[in-house]
Amino acid sequence: MAADHRDRREVLIANGQGFWGDSILGPVRLVEEGPLDYLTLDYLAEVTMSIMQKLRSRDPSKGYATDFVTLIDRILPALVERDVRVVANAGGVNPHACKDALLEVVARHGLDGVKIAVVEGDDILGRLDELTDAGEVFANMDTGRPLSEVRERITSANVYLGAFPIAEALDQGARIVITGRGTDPGLVLGPMIHEFGWGTQDHDLLAAGTVAGHIIECGAQCTGGNYTDWRSIEDMARIGYPIVAARPDGEFTVTKHDGTGGRVDVDTVTHQLAYEMGDPANYVTPDVIADFTSFRLEQDGRDRVKVSGVTGAPPTPTYKVSMAYRDGWKAVGQLTVAGPDAVEKARVCAEIVWDRLRLDGVEFGPDERMVELVGANTCHAGIAAAETPEPSEVVLRMGVKGTDRAKVDRFGPELVPLVTSGPPGVTGFAGGRPKATEIIGFWPALVTKERIETSVEVFDPSGA
Amino acid sequence: MPIVPLARIASARSGDKGRGSNVGVLARSEGAYAFLKEVLTEEAVRDHMHAINRGAVTRYTADNMLVLNFLLADSLGGGGSESLLTDAQGKTHGLALLRMELSVPDEVLDATPAP
Repeated sequence: MAADHRDRREVLIANGQGFWGDSILGPVRLVEEGPLDYLTLDYLAEVTMSIMQKLRSRDPSKGYATDFVTLIDRILPALVERDVRVVANAGGVNPHACKDALLEVVARHGLDGVKIAVVEGDDILGRLDELTDAGEVFANMDTGRPLSEVRERITSANVYLGAFPIAEALDQGARIVITGRGTDPGLVLGPMIHEFGWGTQDHDLLAAGTVAGHIIECGAQCTGGNYTDWRSIEDMARIGYPIVAARPDGEFTVTKHDGTGGRVDVDTVTHQLAYEMGDPANYVTPDVIADFTSFRLEQDGRDRVKVSGVTGAPPTPTYKVSMAYRDGWKAVGQLTVAGPDAVEKARVCAEIVWDRLRLDGVEFGPDERMVELVGANTCHAGIAAAETPEPSEVVLRMGVKGTDRAKVDRFGPELVPLVTSGPPGVTGFAGGRPKATEIIGFWPALVTKERIETSVEVFDPSGA
Repeated sequence: MPIVPLARIASARSGDKGRGSNVGVLARSEGAYAFLKEVLTEEAVRDHMHAINRGAVTRYTADNMLVLNFLLADSLGGGGSESLLTDAQGKTHGLALLRMELSVPDEVLDATPAP
């Protein structure tokens, strides 16, 4: 890469991971099958932070996306050879442990000059009381309820940081940037800010980068994955993960590597623009408020969609905070019921479970228990227009929840006995007895930006 | 007017939004978009999705993308890890809405290529 990137006309930024658990082939093939400048990787869903917090409390060296280290171990030589830089929110609640694991990988490969940056400041779990004393209310954004209702049960609290700290890390020469919680589009916007020198007042440009980030943040969901007219998508097994060709004036093109499966057209891109959409005219991020009703999409050659005319408005004075809290227990299990009369027998099975629990003095209310007959119109119950024919078998899926762990754990032992003490044809108990798992509740709130300090630290394994 | 499923003149993408879900409806033509803006109201979607969604329905429009976006406020059985449902993320809600049957004028059908 040139020493000064800012004269570059087009920068290729890809996303190779839409969530923790996405295919490793996405990022591997992005690096190997065509040109690329930046590989971004999104590992964090809301529930992930709380899981990582739990992992770290048991083992101080855990609490980050371990998949990321496995991936870097596999692609590091190609990253260096092809001069690709990586931006990932793999740090979770323990970015330094993630960095330490990466430094070991770098040392093992014997490669020089692989600088690793850590962006921090999102984790405010240890600062909640201090921030509350300073005047932060942390009322639930959805319900307006006060934090005091759940304060003692909070297990993680992370601010959605913006893209500027990522750009700063790249400015300092990082090959790999690790963050904790940040906005998903910020992973893509950060490299644009770094490359093109965009400032905090360039609202239209920041909005353009945000729209680009939203389009590719879920990986193959904009290249033909999860697409209504799925039969028209070719070679889904080799689906190409998305790439944004970004330009300094904010116009960009969504594309994928030549020869990969899937498709990039106005319709596949629009599908992803509609994903997790709220008010399209006000897409709020810490960097800008992007207007998703402002731009124009046009086909610009095969598997190329050009996006132009994006506008944005100044951001709000607050960051969003995502908190998790312990909110009771649940248990879910399933059995397979073969026909004849699979649906009728599965319904009888469910009633037997509730009756036996009642015999033992255990009763769950209508909102604390669930029965699904998977295969007999579960997902669209009450909606499917056509009557479905009697299925030859169904999966009976049952669950309970509540605040009393022992009560929730009373359910599992009454599910599996249906195999021998219920109607005939009940099988598929290989998963064993379902056990109570903790429910993680979410508490979305706001915090004043001035009270949050972000930091960027760069580590150079060669000691230079 | 012929009665057709919404899928004939639109496609959709859905996902979770907190305790609820969003369903983005993508019209397959400008004519279909103008027609759906009239008939695919918050009330129509609330009635069709009543077995899935217990809460309010709010509609937004994005003319530049021919998209009608519906927010279903309480459609995930609590959402996140609180839900006991198979589809705790609302991934299938778009397909559920596309099953809606509509009387569509011939001129709209003629101007809208079938999938």
